[in-house]
Amino acid sequence: MSKPRNERAWLLVLPVVVLVAFSALIPVMTVVNYSLQDTFGNNEFFWNGVGWFRELLDPSTDLGGRFLDALWRTLLFSALCLLIEIPLGIGVALTLPRRGWGVAASLVVLALPLLIPWNVVGTIWQVFGRRDIGLLGAALNGMGLSYNYAQNPLDAWFTVVLMDVWHWTSLVVLLCYAGLRAIPDAYYQAARVDGANGWAVFRAIQLPKLQRVLTIAILLRFMDSFMIYTEPFVVTGGGPGNATTFLSIDLVKIALGQFDLGKAAAMSIVYNLIILTVCWVFFATTTRDQNDAVTDAGGKGP
Amino acid sequence: MARIAFEALGHRYAGATLPALKPMDMVWEHAGAYALLGPSGCGKTTLLNIVSGLLRPSEGRVLFDGADVTALPTERRNVAQVFQFPVVYDTMTVRENLAFPLRNRGVPAAAARTRVERVAALLGLTARLDRRARNLGADEKQKISLGRGLVRDDVAAILFDEPLTVIDPHLKWELRSRLKELHRQVPTTMIYVTHDQTEALTFADRVVVMLDGEVVQIGTPEALFEHPAHRFVGHFIGSPGMNFLPCAISGREAVLPGGQRVALPRAYGPLAGTVELGIRPEFATMVAEGGLAARLRRVEDLGRRRIARLELDGVPVAATLPEGMPVPAEPRLAFDPARLHVYADGRLARGEAARDAREAGP
Repeated sequence: MSKPRNERAWLLVLPVVVLVAFSALIPVMTVVNYSLQDTFGNNEFFWNGVGWFRELLDPSTDLGGRFLDALWRTLLFSALCLLIEIPLGIGVALTLPRRGWGVAASLVVLALPLLIPWNVVGTIWQVFGRRDIGLLGAALNGMGLSYNYAQNPLDAWFTVVLMDVWHWTSLVVLLCYAGLRAIPDAYYQAARVDGANGWAVFRAIQLPKLQRVLTIAILLRFMDSFMIYTEPFVVTGGGPGNATTFLSIDLVKIALGQFDLGKAAAMSIVYNLIILTVCWVFFATTTRDQNDAVTDAGGKGP
Repeated sequence: MARIAFEALGHRYAGATLPALKPMDMVWEHAGAYALLGPSGCGKTTLLNIVSGLLRPSEGRVLFDGADVTALPTERRNVAQVFQFPVVYDTMTVRENLAFPLRNRGVPAAAARTRVERVAALLGLTARLDRRARNLGADEKQKISLGRGLVRDDVAAILFDEPLTVIDPHLKWELRSRLKELHRQVPTTMIYVTHDQTEALTFADRVVVMLDGEVVQIGTPEALFEHPAHRFVGHFIGSPGMNFLPCAISGREAVLPGGQRVALPRAYGPLAGTVELGIRPEFATMVAEGGLAARLRRVEDLGRRRIARLELDGVPVAATLPEGMPVPAEPRLAFDPARLHVYADGRLARGEAARDAREAGP
């Protein structure tokens, strides 16, 4: 029996094709196109082949050195954010109340930083850290500690990391709290009968049951912190010197400051590939166990 | 190992209008195998959680060997409990799961190892000891839960909360006999909650029958069968359940609604409330002559015996149709007089003859 064929059915796919083309394919291909050319303005372009990529990955060149420096800074920033926010988020989630009016109250308070626009977060901390009128800056200096995020690289890092912790730990808390609430009471009862103390309950029940939400939390926090732009740009502008110039900030400097579209395009592509690779490797390794479990269960079927 | 006693124990959940447990006094002897039997919502699990300390009763006291443990938390009561649904620690192997209760209590590694291996052998888990618990099926996960309950040899009591619900039927039977065997080897107080009469009657030395937050009878399986203290026990235990016929009592005779009379083994004084005559189908037999006139509705062949469904003065009655007896055209029904019981408002009424007999005793 032959099925009726109507080639006009292809028209139904058209809206999606158009949407994806404008939202993803055309912009990406534009960037790829730029990354292979050089421009001196006036909308004049010259073929450069893979020249930019070669320079980018060679630390001895100006562009390569700059790129690798920014890359290490960004990786360090992401690592610090994850190291602080994930344990802190788990800890806070464990101490939240499980029932009563306190639940709603704490969730609202925790969600507040997440609702503030990113440039406003930057502005808040820019003012908060000022040594003349900022609560944090003035208080630290009042206590005799020298603190100046505009001049001292260490202070700048401290401010930027603290800001990210303040802004995003809530997300980890909310995810972990949802994960903790999903654990059936029977597990806690069994653990009490088994004589487990708080630490043993955490190791044996809570942490394993949080594995899935933590995978999501780490992925989200890695991607966001690795791509961070607005907040440090507002607070430090990448300074002092280049101390807090992360990849995204450097990228904008090259693309919009120097108008080097070719270099910037090549950098965007490498930047994007790094994020994709790290996320894929992380996701593949953390979910391998879970996939094993799924295939095991599937294999038992009739 | 302990003797567990309840004094005026009762519980009402916060915000509930009806108590989950009505105040009761009860004693469970050391090394007994008890089953808590009753329909869902009768308070079995509430009572179990009070024993293990997961729930603090709103009134009364719980005593272990005479010591008041009402205020003690679970971890200081030295009880083991197995829950209805399997709880395994995902990241651990089967061996680590079984050793978990021992490790938490600081049992030396060598001693723990022998205990774990003994329990694993008992439950047929030996081959799986070094596998991750997460990847096992529901049956095996529940075996791990059981194993964690059995692995400590110093417990005051082991509590089972419908532990075989998720287990395959054939394995259910096997595990129950393993538990029974273990109880014979190591005399520990075991409390087994179930709503399945077969499970309760085969596991326990004594069955505690509960209804609506109240213990209606504690007794051996034989006692529950032969002398149900409550209409509910008669109904719930046995298949088919006990027959109840509304009647009036006059002296040593019960008068059925249609006017037929049944002789009683003892005399009864005046009884209040609804009065019923109780007789198990096993002791109500169809006879060729004599007895009471009834109407036959149908006969069920259960293989080993035949059950006749009759109507006696408009009340449905199940009775035994003896082997080899043809289905009669004019059915007659005879009751074994020694097995007749009288119930007033659902509760077993004590006859006067019984009291006379006791008073006349040595």
